[in-house]
Amino acid sequence: MTTTVASRPVSPPAGRTPQPRRRNWAPYLLILGAAVVLLLGMGYPVVWQIVTSFQKYGALQQLGGKAPDFVWFDNYIAIVHNGTFWAVTVRSVVFCVVTAAITVVVGVLMALLMTKVPAVVRFVLQIALLLAWAMPVIAAMTVWIWLFDRRRGVVNYLLNLIPGVDVGQFNWIGTTPELFFTVAGIIIVWMSVPFVAFSAYAGLTQVSGEVLEASQLDGAGAWQRFRYVMFPVLKPVIAIVLLLNLIWDLRVFAQITLLQDAGPKSTDYDLLGTYIYKTGVAGFDYGAGAAMSIFVLAITIALSWFYVRSLIKEETS
Amino acid sequence: MTAMVAERSAERTRETPAPAASTRRRRRFRPAVWLLSALALVLAVAWAFPVYWMVNSSMLSSVTLEAATPTFFPVGGSLKNFERVLTPSFFTALGVSVAVTLLSVAVCLVFAFLASIAISRFRFRGRVSFIVTILLIQMLPAEGLFIAQYKMMSALGLLSNVVGLSILYVAAVVPFTIWMLRGFVVGVPAELEEAAMLDGLSRTQAFLRITLPLLAPGLVASGVFAFLQCWNEFTVALVIMENNRTLPLWLRGFVQQSATQAIDWGQVMAASAIVAIPVIVFFVIVQGRMTSGLVSGAVKG
Repeated sequence: MTTTVASRPVSPPAGRTPQPRRRNWAPYLLILGAAVVLLLGMGYPVVWQIVTSFQKYGALQQLGGKAPDFVWFDNYIAIVHNGTFWAVTVRSVVFCVVTAAITVVVGVLMALLMTKVPAVVRFVLQIALLLAWAMPVIAAMTVWIWLFDRRRGVVNYLLNLIPGVDVGQFNWIGTTPELFFTVAGIIIVWMSVPFVAFSAYAGLTQVSGEVLEASQLDGAGAWQRFRYVMFPVLKPVIAIVLLLNLIWDLRVFAQITLLQDAGPKSTDYDLLGTYIYKTGVAGFDYGAGAAMSIFVLAITIALSWFYVRSLIKEETS
Repeated sequence: MTAMVAERSAERTRETPAPAASTRRRRRFRPAVWLLSALALVLAVAWAFPVYWMVNSSMLSSVTLEAATPTFFPVGGSLKNFERVLTPSFFTALGVSVAVTLLSVAVCLVFAFLASIAISRFRFRGRVSFIVTILLIQMLPAEGLFIAQYKMMSALGLLSNVVGLSILYVAAVVPFTIWMLRGFVVGVPAELEEAAMLDGLSRTQAFLRITLPLLAPGLVASGVFAFLQCWNEFTVALVIMENNRTLPLWLRGFVQQSATQAIDWGQVMAASAIVAIPVIVFFVIVQGRMTSGLVSGAVKG
């Protein structure tokens, strides 16, 4: 598709038309549309969220027409003292870190596997990963809920086939929060591994075959070759995919909402996204919901900063 | 696409060692290669199985699905489930999804295209801050913003409205689209345009006749991405579109029923397949760009 573009001699950034003489309004006109829509769709909500997090904005203000009062840090103090909120936060962070770590480890191992197998096998594995990656979240969740269905799900059927195992009609998502989040974790790892595997595989193809061969002749074992030859090349890729997965796994609202649709709905089964939704939208407490949202936004921006910095490095160098 | 290119270069690097050494090695590692291939195939089955199971179940009747032993191949299956699922509520949701997606993608492409020209062809004050802002905004989770977005849309009277949802979608998708298009614009040398201007074309003419045609593939790829993101979006739609469901919300309706009553999983899987299959086709076409767009810089470095 891009061969026409790519095959042309690419000029360095210095080849841009210099516009030094007068103040040029053209670039500002060009970004105007994007800037306006971002201000409206993202900027205004962020500001509103910050303002509202300092207000008492509950059911009375929403339905009774009472103007919201400024209460400054009361909402934040309230969520700090809210045991449920902390339980949900700790659960979200643990879930996010564990899921992202497993995803990256499995993805990198799969990429290594791809370099070891014949081309046909690699092609089959890549097609399978691509199918899983392409599944819309909502469709994927529907299928997984069917797979884990207690009465006629394939998971229970296959487990019962194993000699000595009898799970009967076990209810995987409705029994304990631990099992619920294990199931959610399995589904999210399944969804996220393809991106990691493809990225890591692209990185591995940059490892020089000569260096690998030479290190092998010098007596380096498989682990040493990975640690000292492949890993340094893979490191930047791993760093970025780990970061992206951490950010994505913190916002698994759709997956958790859908699993709750099919199973238990209590706050023991909530992560930050669903808890904020229940507090703010369904529970009519905009003030507390906004304060929690600011908390999530702050974590996300802190994490994203490293990602953005690495992209900008390329831009300014 | 990247995967294919990557594969070729991997092939090359592996074939470089001297033939004698490589045959010796191959003979010694034969069992290992077989084992690893078997493992890779098992993993392939594990990852493809849910997608296969969706298609398989969608063609089986509820009687077959209720049997104690699952049916692993849709022998004797039919497309009846699909017929039953294509109800008026499906077509209403389809209409909403198509309208929102088309509107969002069209607006997003125009805005992103202009902005990508600005950040790659011009040096202006605030350029780097603009780039940092769009990259950061791209990471903001809908989960952290939906209360405000809900309130804003209700104040504007745009709840359950196609235009309201589209505004939020454009804002969510435009950052990544700008970033992706920027890569394509940088790939077309400005000298080409300058040469055309020396030959007597105006700046606008040079742009329209020289640069734009070269950017067409990039516009198509970015457009498909924007399409996929809007088509699959669930969270914002759930909050904003209470009375005017998009396809993902329509599909959710089936999951909700599954909690309270016995439902016909064949129909649910048919519904999922209808939502998923067009997406899978489009996705496979543009997959390579997705990886390279998100980790650009890292792989090259």
